[in-house]
Amino acid sequence: MLDPFPVNSVGLVAPQSLVIDTEISLESGKKLQSYEIAYETYGQLNADKSNAILVCHALSGHQHAAGYHTREDKKAGWWETCIGPDKPIDTNHFFVVCPNNIGGCHGSSGPSSINPKNNRLYGPDFPVVTVKDWVKSQAQISDALGIDQWLAVVGGSLGGMQALQWAIDYPDRLKYSVALAAAPKLSAQNIAFNEVARQAIMSDPDFFDGHYAEHDKTPRQGLMLARMLGHITYLSDDMMRDKFGRELREGKLNFGFDVDFQVESYLRYQGRSFVDKFDANTYLLMTKALDYFDPAADYNDSLISTFQQARAKFFIASFSSDWRFPPERSREIANALLYAGKEVTYAEFEVAEGHDAFLLPIEKYINTFHAYMKRIASESELI
Amino acid sequence: MSNLRLDQQQLVNWIKPNSKVLDLGCGNGELLAYLAKHKQVQGYGLEIDDANVVSCIEKGVNVIQRDIDAGLSEFEKDFFDYVILSQTIQAVRSPEKTLSEMLRVGCKGIVTLPNLGHWRIRMQMGLGGKTPLTAEFPHSWYDTPNIHVCTIDDFENFCQNKNVKIVRKKAFGSSHKSGLLIDTFPNVFATTAVYKLCRNCPDEKPE
Repeated sequence: MLDPFPVNSVGLVAPQSLVIDTEISLESGKKLQSYEIAYETYGQLNADKSNAILVCHALSGHQHAAGYHTREDKKAGWWETCIGPDKPIDTNHFFVVCPNNIGGCHGSSGPSSINPKNNRLYGPDFPVVTVKDWVKSQAQISDALGIDQWLAVVGGSLGGMQALQWAIDYPDRLKYSVALAAAPKLSAQNIAFNEVARQAIMSDPDFFDGHYAEHDKTPRQGLMLARMLGHITYLSDDMMRDKFGRELREGKLNFGFDVDFQVESYLRYQGRSFVDKFDANTYLLMTKALDYFDPAADYNDSLISTFQQARAKFFIASFSSDWRFPPERSREIANALLYAGKEVTYAEFEVAEGHDAFLLPIEKYINTFHAYMKRIASESELI
Repeated sequence: MSNLRLDQQQLVNWIKPNSKVLDLGCGNGELLAYLAKHKQVQGYGLEIDDANVVSCIEKGVNVIQRDIDAGLSEFEKDFFDYVILSQTIQAVRSPEKTLSEMLRVGCKGIVTLPNLGHWRIRMQMGLGGKTPLTAEFPHSWYDTPNIHVCTIDDFENFCQNKNVKIVRKKAFGSSHKSGLLIDTFPNVFATTAVYKLCRNCPDEKPE
């Protein structure tokens, strides 16, 4: 039990929800008549609504970015390291909104929610959504919350891609775009990993073409494998070596196919605990959204033209050991922004932690990110 | 102006308002912050050190965290009006490559350098027999970042050999004093020199 909560935590928070009744047309051509959004907020919105920050979540993320839901919670929200009083996204100055994206499985409309048209679970019939669709729905959420312009849209990985898409699609509705450990589009290797993850899920006998809920089943094995695979790509080789090396779980080889090495036990644990809190159809959707992300495709494949109409200032950052979205990918973004004549700051951190580094309390990263967020606050006269 | 180093105070006079500037090894961003405020330049800094990057961000300077030695190949030809290398040429791995790259991505280059030919250094070397320690060369031989030090004459010969045109230059002593001795024998009496360079600029006559 955590009482009191750490001083630099937003503390006890409650999930909220709202219903968007405005129809949304998706990139696929499909439409949602209405949808529900689960979200959380931290800090206070000021009188002129000029301090609102939108935090976008990544592949397996959700609206619970910071704080604790109950006093008994052992773990805080997924970005507790960066959101809270005196942290980079400082809730002393900023009002933070983090929604669960549509297609998600933490309260927003998605495969595991009820389709109002037929009162049955959407399941695999929930339309495939894209980063562009998410940004469009987040704009509708902004309208519903009465926020005309975000001070900043911030995210890491897939969340960073949303922050970039915001600057492209709604240039007047944000002043800063912050994209950490992102990429301008996925590489063939990235897509390949996502495809193996999807195949793992879809080939599970309990998948039933996505209708597993109707059969009272979950494709546990498939989702677990998908997560194990994903997890390998989030860590770096160095970090795995440091953390596990070739350490044996029972101190000896068993000459069988059960767990010998610590790393196997760790991955199985990660996979198993993920299955209990994530929906397989959502995992399929999220990986597709990643694969489809390619904002330059609408602009003759020129990233420079893509950013031409953006009006935000940008903070782009990458991590040296991230092999999922390595620094070169972020440099592509930073260079394109520079040639498009935009204000851009680019930081590259020498760290061992791999792709997940953006979630971790790494001093040099936190210091630089904090400095940039302070720049945002001071240029907007919040401090 | 007070936060700028003497060489920076000199070079800002050579930069036209509203131009695009790249400062290589921009340090804490002081120069770019000054240029943004007083000359409305669109400036970007290249800097590798984490603490300096933070200082740049605090000043609102757009900084790209990158090692100059890793090259400027990602930058397009002639994108910048000016590329500045102030008190940094002595610390890069290949001054030759850096100079040619800066004149590729920028129309004009501005280089400032500490003069190894200054009489005080000659005295310390010639009479004292020791590696010189001066305000411009404050590091001991074993911990210096300066791996390519040169004299004013060395640098000017180098530019001539590489077909780099020096369109302006200014040499001065440690307290920014110029005078007859410095103007006549800069290689002996100047501690610092500032150069404005270009690759092929028929319109620019040496001033």
